[in-house]
Amino acid sequence: MSKYQDVIMAGFGGQGVMLIGNLLAQAGMEQGINVTFIPVYGAEMRGGTANCTVVLDSLPIGSPLVHEPLSTIVLNEPSLAKFQPRLRKDGVQVVNTSLIAEHLVDAAIRTVRIPANGMAHELGNAKLANMVALGAWLRATEALPLKAVRDALRRVVSAHYAGLIPVNAAALDAGYNFA
Amino acid sequence: MASAKHLHPQEAETPVFDVNPVLGERATHYCPGCHHGIAHRLVSEALYELGVADKTILVASVGCSAFAYDYFNVDSVEAPHGRACAVATGIRRARPEAVVFTYQGDGDMAAIGIGESLHAANRGEKITAVFINNTVYGMTGGQMAPTTLIGQKTTTTLHGRNFHSEGGPIRLAEIMAQLQGVAHASRCALDSVKHVKEAKKAVRRAFDVQIAGLGFGFVELLSGCPTNWRMDPVSANRRIATDMIPVFPLGVFKDVKGT
Amino acid sequence: MNSDSGQTPGRVLVKGNEAVAYGAVDAGLQCYFGYPITPQNEIPEMLSTLLPEHGGSFVQAESEVGAVNMLLGAGACGVPAMVSSSSCGISLMQEGISYMAGSHIPGVIVNMSRGGPGLGDIGPSQGDYFQAVKGGGHGDHRNLVLAPATAQECYDFMFKAFTLAFVYRNPVMILGDAVVAQLKEPVRRVPPAGTNTPEYLQSLVRDQRIEGYGARGKAAAPRLLKSVYLAEGALAGRNRLLQSKYAEMRKEVLFERENVDDADLIVIAFGSMGRTARSAIHRLRKAGRNIGLFRPLTLYPFPEAALQKLAPGRRFLVVEQNIGQMVEDVRLAVNGVCPVYWHGVMPGLFVGADELVDPILRALE
Repeated sequence: MSKYQDVIMAGFGGQGVMLIGNLLAQAGMEQGINVTFIPVYGAEMRGGTANCTVVLDSLPIGSPLVHEPLSTIVLNEPSLAKFQPRLRKDGVQVVNTSLIAEHLVDAAIRTVRIPANGMAHELGNAKLANMVALGAWLRATEALPLKAVRDALRRVVSAHYAGLIPVNAAALDAGYNFA
Repeated sequence: MASAKHLHPQEAETPVFDVNPVLGERATHYCPGCHHGIAHRLVSEALYELGVADKTILVASVGCSAFAYDYFNVDSVEAPHGRACAVATGIRRARPEAVVFTYQGDGDMAAIGIGESLHAANRGEKITAVFINNTVYGMTGGQMAPTTLIGQKTTTTLHGRNFHSEGGPIRLAEIMAQLQGVAHASRCALDSVKHVKEAKKAVRRAFDVQIAGLGFGFVELLSGCPTNWRMDPVSANRRIATDMIPVFPLGVFKDVKGT
Repeated sequence: MNSDSGQTPGRVLVKGNEAVAYGAVDAGLQCYFGYPITPQNEIPEMLSTLLPEHGGSFVQAESEVGAVNMLLGAGACGVPAMVSSSSCGISLMQEGISYMAGSHIPGVIVNMSRGGPGLGDIGPSQGDYFQAVKGGGHGDHRNLVLAPATAQECYDFMFKAFTLAFVYRNPVMILGDAVVAQLKEPVRRVPPAGTNTPEYLQSLVRDQRIEGYGARGKAAAPRLLKSVYLAEGALAGRNRLLQSKYAEMRKEVLFERENVDDADLIVIAFGSMGRTARSAIHRLRKAGRNIGLFRPLTLYPFPEAALQKLAPGRRFLVVEQNIGQMVEDVRLAVNGVCPVYWHGVMPGLFVGADELVDPILRALE
C-alpha cells in the first residue's frame, strides 16, 4: 500500500526553506522510503518567494513536481497568496502567523497557525522559524517520526554549523509540541 | 615528387646537411618560395636534437599547413579551425608525459582561434605553439588576416587594409609575453640565413620551456607567401625585411629561466 | 556530501548533477573540461575537487568551444574524458562533436538542457531532442544519446556512456534537463552490475587500438586522427564506414515499458517528462483506464522496432516538453499503423502530473 505525501515549502530567500526541504528528504531516505526534493531556483530566488517541493512515497516516485499539493509550509504572505489556492481540499497548510495576517487564511482549509518567528526568537535564534514550522508540519501530517528528522540534522547541517544542531532540534521539538 | 635518392650522400661525398628523420623525405605541397618548409625543418631539428619525436604529438590546424602531419614523423591529431591550443590542452592533460605542439597560421591562431590560444597560454599549458605569420590567408586564396599590414592589398581589401575600418595588425608575440603562463615568447623571421639561425634557437627554446615544465612556449615566425602576395620568391623575402619587420619587430619578448 | 548517510548505508541524497559527477568518477573519468552555465553548475563544481582527488585532471575552459576541443584532444589519447553544458553551450560544441565523430574519437557530453531558442530560460525543456539525436553539427554524424529521468539513472548512465563511447569510438550524449539536473533523490553509489570498470575501459582502449594511445615507441609508425578526406572517393569511403558503424549502434537500443500489455493508449515520453507522465498514468489506471507508458532510454538509437510491435490496435500519445520533436520519430516508426497524438508542454514550465491528466484523457476519447 502506497504511503504518499507531498509538501511545498515556501518563504523569502534566507528563511531556510531549502534547508528544511533537504532535511525532510534526507530523513525520509534514512527511513528507507523514496524521496524527491526539487528547488525552484533562478529568477524567483532573487527577491520573490523561494520554494521547494518534497515528495515522500513507499513506491517509486514519478513526478517530483506537484501543482496541487497535499500540504504546504508557508512562511510569508506572498507564499500564502501563491500556494493557498492550489492546496488540495483534503490538504493541510502550516502558516507562519508571525509574518502572515490572520484574515488572509482561508477558513475552509485545515490550517496549523504557528507564530514561528516569535517562537524561534524565544529559543534565542530568529533563524530557527523554519525548523519550528517543520516540527508543526510533522505533527500535522505524521509523515515521518520526529526523531527521524532530528537524527537527520547532523547529515544536513554542514560541519561548520554542527554546534547549532541542538538548538535546531529544540526548534523542531517546539514546533511539534505547539499544537 | 622528388626522388629520395639524390638526398643522400653518394660515395666519396661528405654530408654537410642531411635528411632529418623527424621530417622524412617527402616533398611538400607548399608553393615555391613558401617558408613553411623552413619552419617544418626547424621544428623537426628541435625534436630530433631533443630526442623526443617518438613521444611527440602534433596538433594540426586549418590553413596551408593543415597537412603538416604528412611530413612530420610524429603522432598527429587534426584540430578544427582555430582550436589547436584547446585540443593540445586536452592532449596535455591526458598524456602528461608527451611533448605536444601546435603549428598554426595567422588566420587560425590570431583570428578565429585567438581565444583558445591566449587562454591556453594564460593557463601555462606545457605546450609549444609555432605561429606562422605571413600577413595573409593562404589556403583560401589571399584574404585579409589579422596580421595584414596597413595598406596591404588582399582579396578582401582591394584598396589596401584601412586602419579606420579594418583595424591594425595584431602583434601576437608581444601579447603572449604579457601572460603569466607564457615561459617563452619570441618573434623571428625566415627571410635570411642569419634570421633562420636565430629562429632555430628560438624554436628550440619554445620546446625547452615545455619540456622543463616552465610553461607555454610561443614562437612567431615571419614568413613569406609569394603566391598570395603576388610576388616572386626573392621579392617576397625582401618584403619581410622592408615591410614586415618594421611593424613586427624581431626579438625575445619573454623568456623564463628554469630554477 | 556527508559520507555518513544514517540508517540506509549506500544511499546518498544527491542532485542529478551530483550523481553525474559521482558516476563519471566511479566509471573511470580522467579528464573533465567545462564552462559554467545553469542548470548544470554542480557538475564542474563537484568535479573540480573530486576528479583531482581521483588522480584526474579538471580544466575550467575559456568557453564551450574550448572545452569540446579539449575533449577531442583527450579522447584522441584514448582517455575517458567528458564535458558538460546546457543547450546554448552544446550549440557551441557542435562543431567539435562533428569533428570527433568524423575522426572516431570517443567522449561523453552531458547536456542538462534549458529553455530555448536563444538564451531562453533556465527552466526545464526538452527542446534539444533534435540537437542531440539528429547529429546536431555539420555533416552526417550520429551521437549515441541516453536520456536519464532519475538521479540514479544519471549515475548509472555514466558507466554506460563511457562504455559505448569506447566500444564505438564515438561521442555519447547524456540528455537531461533542469528537473533531472536539480532534483535530489537517493542514489545508490554502486557501479551497476555487468558494466564497465576503469580497468575494463582501458582494456577497450587497447583492444580497439585507439590511435594516439600512449607513446607510440620508437619502432612504430606515426598515427593520425583526422576527419579530412580530400582525395577523390576518400570521403565516400569514410562516410560508408561511419554509416556501417551507426547501423551497428542500433543494437544498443534501450527502453522501459510499463502496463503496455492491456493498454488502449500508450503514452511515450522520455527523461523527466517520462516520470511525470508515469504519475498521471498511475492516477488514471486507478480510475480504471487502460493506459501504458513507454519510455525510451536511448534516443539514438530510437526504439522504433519496439514501437512498431506495440502499434497495431492501439493509440499513441507523445508527451514532451518542446513544440514537437520526438513525435516525428514516433510517427516515422509507426508509419501510419496507429494514430499518434501529441501533447507539448512549453519549455520553461515546471509541470506536475496533475497537468498531464486531462491531455491524456483527451487522447483516449
